[in-house]
Order: sequence, then structure tokens, then C-alpha cells
Amino acid sequence: MTRPFVEIDQVAMRYGGVDGTLALEGCSMNINQGEFVAVVGPSGCGKSTLMRLVTGLWPATEGNVVVAGQEVDGPLTIAGMAFQAPTLLPWRRILSNVMLPLEVTPQHRNKLGRDRALYEARARELLRLVGPEGFDNKYPYQLSGGMQQRTSLCRALIHDPALLMLDEPFSALDVFTREDLWAVLQNVWMAKKPTVVLVTHDLREAVYLADRVLVMSARPGRIIAERVNPLPRPRTLETTYTAEFQDLVHDLRGYIAAARSGEEVAA
Amino acid sequence: MSQSASKMSPRAQARYNAMAAAARRQRRLQAMLPWLVIIGMFAIWEIGCIVFKVPVFILPAPHDIYAAALRWWQPLLQDSLVTLYSTMMGFGLAIVAGLLLGIAIGSSTLVYKGLYPLLIAFNSIPKVAVVPVLIIWFGIGVWPAVITAFLISFFPIVVNVATGIATVEPELKDVLRALGARPRDIILKVGLPRAMPYFFASLKIAVTVAFVGAIIAESVAPNAGIGRLMMVASSRFDVPLVFAGLLTTGMMGIVLYWIAEVIERRTTGWATRNSDQNLATGG
Repeated sequence: MTRPFVEIDQVAMRYGGVDGTLALEGCSMNINQGEFVAVVGPSGCGKSTLMRLVTGLWPATEGNVVVAGQEVDGPLTIAGMAFQAPTLLPWRRILSNVMLPLEVTPQHRNKLGRDRALYEARARELLRLVGPEGFDNKYPYQLSGGMQQRTSLCRALIHDPALLMLDEPFSALDVFTREDLWAVLQNVWMAKKPTVVLVTHDLREAVYLADRVLVMSARPGRIIAERVNPLPRPRTLETTYTAEFQDLVHDLRGYIAAARSGEEVAA
Repeated sequence: MSQSASKMSPRAQARYNAMAAAARRQRRLQAMLPWLVIIGMFAIWEIGCIVFKVPVFILPAPHDIYAAALRWWQPLLQDSLVTLYSTMMGFGLAIVAGLLLGIAIGSSTLVYKGLYPLLIAFNSIPKVAVVPVLIIWFGIGVWPAVITAFLISFFPIVVNVATGIATVEPELKDVLRALGARPRDIILKVGLPRAMPYFFASLKIAVTVAFVGAIIAESVAPNAGIGRLMMVASSRFDVPLVFAGLLTTGMMGIVLYWIAEVIERRTTGWATRNSDQNLATGG
């Protein structure tokens, strides 16, 4: 058995000093290389905090985070991230927005000048795969919200990140666009097999995409349940109407309800 | 809009043409409006002076001012150029210093906390009170005007650049930091471009107040420039010439403001886009 790619051991995170908010406590999980893990939980349970701890953007108050065998003590350089908001740069065209990571990440920044044509071809290929295709020279404001979010996803993928962190990337989109993007993301993952952590509120999304779904408790967050998802890939929209799918979603819904009522008892 | 004209039905075509014509009329009106307002103001001024028989040494009518400007066009031009020169020197210094300090303040909480109170105190000092000190330090000449223009136009630039850099979205910072971006990368790739609209907004303010600074200095320490010209003219009760000086200053202000705006539109069009342009380009 090889070592997990991400190891989170008894991590706690407290904001704003000794009396601050305790966002995470006793939170442990392991994620294997190339695994697609979804983290679900009631709102405000510290899911986004978890993302920032794993990528080393914030240091944990207690416990250890180990990624690729290395203790995390500063920002990683291998992660791709996408958030609920597309956070594109409005002064850059779409192609140039997608290529932004190549300009800063140490693996590529020195090669970009020499191999620009190669990298541009790669960005165009990604835009063709994920979308939006044919908008390379448009500015973000000329695109719809769904197109912007696709661009944001391309930006997270352009440098072939070993670790992809997605913080509710589809939650601001309409249902149809969202379901399109599930399929797109699944295709990308199946082709390149990065390790993915997807934080989401949407249980159907979690079950559609993930190999394993982790459920977090209300704040202070920790993992209270874990479900391995055996559904075969590639999953399609038809999959979401099968009994197995529905059962999984239903189970997860039960855990969330328990976590939420726990929150009310605590409060 | 993205449909080509040939595919439209005649009715849709007519409606589209009518909309485009209305948009054109609207744009023409918007372009002409400032001129109409200025001409209107001078007309009311002229008529008011004639009807109420206002003495020339209280408020000269526009035609008196025009006559004075024609008669004294040479000193007027010379002094305007001197003032323009001092203003632009001070303004240029303010851009350089304002950008550098704005970046420092916007990207470091420590610098912000340390310097901001001092900056505010400094900005509260009436610049006219500083001019005598500048004269003691630099003597009467072009420098007091340059430095006063600098001092007065520096603050808005610092505040705006700092605001633009300090308000970068935290998520965007996270995206870049998780890629191994250095703080310098974040400032260069995101902070500075993002601060540009703020920067140009501040330039439009700064360039007009820079004139105020230069002319204050020229009036307190009359050496050359439009400030001195107005002081001399008023001491001779040549009120039309004073007004000619005022109007010249106003015109230079408009021209510089306009230049700043053109540069702004060229470089930061992404921040001021409007649906109007979309209609015009069919995009």
C-alpha cells in the first residue's frame, strides 16, 4: 500500500487568536493519488478552511498536513484552484486568463517565453475540451457566467496540477450548465487523473463526481462519515436516476441532517 | 445584434435601423452638450453684464475679457507655458512618487499602518502655508511652484493606487499563491493592472489640483507664470486680464483632463465598458 497523496492528521484551525472561532477540530482524512474526493457538510462547517490548509495558504493551528510525502509549511506550488466566483482578470482576454498560472508557477514560468506557441496550443486544446471554445480573444465580461466559470476551470487545469482544489465551483451556475460541467470535469479527470478535492453543498454533484464522499460535522468541522462510491464510470445524467445513485444521495442527506441538528444542540 | 443584416426581416431591419439612428442622435447630443453649455454660460454672462450695466472692474463681460486676451496674448501665452511647465513637472513627480508609495501602502499592512496617519496630516496642511517655507529653501523661481503642484496632487494618487492594490479579491490571491506565486508576482500581474482604473481616476483629479498648486505658489511668490500675471493685473485693476488668466487656466485644465481621459480609455477600457459600445460594434 503506497502512502496517501494527502494526509491530514488531527488538524485544528482557529481564527483570530486564543478566543477566536474554531473552524476545524480533530479533522483527519487521507486522499490517495489520483482519487476524486468530495467533501460535503452543512454551511459554515469549515470546508473552505480545509482547502486553504491543504494548499498551505494558511498554517494549521494544530496537527499535520502532509502532501506528496512532504509536510506542508507554506503554499504549495502544484495546486490548481477554482472557486464559486470565476475571479478572472477583467483586463485579460480569455486565452491569456487561462495561461496566467503558467506565468507564475515555478515549473513553467521560465519555459513560457521559449515555448509560448506550445503552451498556447495547450491552452486552446483545453478551452476546446472544457469550453468556452471560440472565445479566446474575448474579454471575460463578454461571456456568460457559465462560460466564465469554464474559463476559471481551464485556468485551474492548464498546468496539469497534481492536486486540484475546487471550492463550490458550480454553485453559482444554473442546473443545466452545472450538469454539463460535471460531465466535462469527469472527462478531464478520467483523462489526466489528478487528485481532486471538491467542496460542495450539492449532494448529487458529490455522488456524480467523486470516488469517495466525506461528510463534515457542523463547526468545528471534522469528518463524521465517509461513503465510498462504487458507481461505474463514466457516469452520465442517466446514472443520477438509478436507485444506487438515489440511495447514496439519500444516505448522505441523512448524515447532513444529523450534522445540522448537532449544530442546533450545540448552539 | 450578432445577426447579419441580410438575415433580418424588413420589419426587424427597420426597427434595428431606427434604434441605431436613435443611438447615433443620443451620442451626437452627448458630444455637443458640453459646448452648448459653455456657449450658453458665456451668452448669459454677456447679456447679464449688458442688461445690469455691471462695471468692468467688478465683472468684465466676455467681450472685454476677449479684448484683453487679444491685447496681451503674448505675456498670456508665455506665462501660461511657464505655469504649464511647473504643473507638469510637479504632476510628473507626483505620478512617480504616488505610484511607488501607493504600491507600498497597498501591498503592505505594515507600511499602511505606519505611514497613513502621517500622510493624512500632511494632506490636511493648506499648501498655501507651505509656499513661504519653500521660498526660503529654494528661493523665488520655478521650484516652489513645481513642489507645491507636486504636494497637492500627490495624495489622491497614493490613496487611489493603494486602494486598487489592497482590494484584490482574496480568492484570486489564493489561486496565485497556491501556484507558488511570489508577492511581487501578485502585485505585477494582478494588483497593478487592477489599480489602473483607480490610478487614472486619481490622475484626472490630480492634474487639475496640480494647476491650483502651481498657481498658488506663483501668486505668493510672483516670479513668472499665470499666477503672477493675475497678481500684476489685479494690482493694476486690469480685471479683464485677470479673468483672461482665469479662463486660460480653466482651458489648460480641461485639455489636460481630456488627455488623461483619452489615455484612461485606451488603457483601461475593460473597466469602463458600456452597452453603448456593444451596439456600435454589433458585438
